[in-house]
Amino acid sequence: MIGSIAAIGMGLAVIGAGIGIGNIGAKAMEAIARQPEAVGDIRANMILMAALVEGAALIAIIIAYILPTVAA
Amino acid sequence: MKLSKYFLLIVLTNISVLYDQIAPLQAQHDTHEMEHEGAAGHDDHGDLCAHVSHHDEEFDPAATAFHHIANLNVFSIGPWNFPLPCILYAPGHGLDFFSSGKFAFDFRGHGDGHKAYRGYVLDAGTVKRVVDPSFPLDHVEIGGFAHQGKDAYVCYDGQAYILENKSIIDGGLFGGGLTSFYDFSISKNVVAMLLIFGFLAWLFLGIARSYTRREGMAPKGVQSFMEPMFLFIQEEVAKPFLGDKWHKYQPFLMALFFFILGLNLFGQIPFFGGANVTGNLAFTMALALFTFFVTNLSGKKDYWTHVLWMPGVPAAIKAAIITPVEILGLFIKPFTLMLRLFANITAGHIVVLSFIGLIFIFGSSGQSVAGASLGAAVSIPLTIFMMAIELLVAFIQAFVFAILTASYIGAAIEEHH
Repeated sequence: MIGSIAAIGMGLAVIGAGIGIGNIGAKAMEAIARQPEAVGDIRANMILMAALVEGAALIAIIIAYILPTVAA
Repeated sequence: MKLSKYFLLIVLTNISVLYDQIAPLQAQHDTHEMEHEGAAGHDDHGDLCAHVSHHDEEFDPAATAFHHIANLNVFSIGPWNFPLPCILYAPGHGLDFFSSGKFAFDFRGHGDGHKAYRGYVLDAGTVKRVVDPSFPLDHVEIGGFAHQGKDAYVCYDGQAYILENKSIIDGGLFGGGLTSFYDFSISKNVVAMLLIFGFLAWLFLGIARSYTRREGMAPKGVQSFMEPMFLFIQEEVAKPFLGDKWHKYQPFLMALFFFILGLNLFGQIPFFGGANVTGNLAFTMALALFTFFVTNLSGKKDYWTHVLWMPGVPAAIKAAIITPVEILGLFIKPFTLMLRLFANITAGHIVVLSFIGLIFIFGSSGQSVAGASLGAAVSIPLTIFMMAIELLVAFIQAFVFAILTASYIGAAIEEHH
């Protein structure tokens, strides 16, 4: 039971990260289209921001993963 | 950019080698209770041994995937297993140093040992210890292994003895925790780290020599291949975040980047060790601790005022919210660094292994050739696709680790403006 709830939580965390990273990617593409000469800076910052968003999701995933083992 | 870089590399390697194994010194585990449990175990589970002689079990994709990302005491190249040195310590039992070849595992196979030595056995490539004191300490032939739930048993003389895993300092979150013995072995991951360390030292010493010899001239050979990467770290990572002090931290960032990148790529080579070093929590924890200490030890006055007593905010809010959150943040930053690298690499490997597992699922564990062919037809393109993505991830994660470290250090050394 706890495992299933944790799996749902894991899915929700990934939805959040997906929306966040999707937005970052979309805006970065727009920015590159507007200003192709800044592609290097934009790409580096895009990866940095995606990594930060991903960090929050990964904490949620790890907690969802270990919670059933701890609670069981 | 010269000597200090190699020094850092050496320290990084050694610390992470050690860190994989370190456990808190105080090892007072309640061995008595374990012994009782073990003694009770081999009475209750005697029937376990009736059907362990051959491995006809159902294919378990999850167990197979976890076996292949684990750190093992054998090094496999293709289908062949090679022994590695084992350094084992059990309180009250003493230190043992021997080759894992003593376990007489199959040259081709899953790394199940056929013999026990000094009370240790090799179960699927991992050293485990028999806690029961009635188990002989000599070099004895064993009957095989049995698994029931989460527990593993070894069969000897018709009886099942419960096995203990090595101590892990993750606090038991991943099924580890303190057990009756510590494993300081030169395991598969340690071998991979030493190989990459040797390779990087050889490569960079050569490049450094050609930089001094050909100063002011165009780069040549492998130097010209690597120079874009050096410049990339310098221009994209170090300078934007660290300002005019970038020179001081450049060796650290380069060591991080190339060590992580090298191990990521090494872990991707199929059929050669399959060492999942950067997907090992202990290893990424050691790297994250470096970032933690370098960041906080180079923190200037401004950094610590902003952490401990943020200026321009009412005292009550500072004491109630901002300071606790900032102090938590000190630890969360390296914690996410640790998890990010670990989770990305591990997830990639598990996905590849699951795709390969499709062959065995469709082929009903080797019974249906047609099913297996269909599985292979599906799984090979998917695996190739996933490995291409992983190649990208190997670079991105090394870059992300370096750039986040640079941004944390940059925030710490920033002067007031």
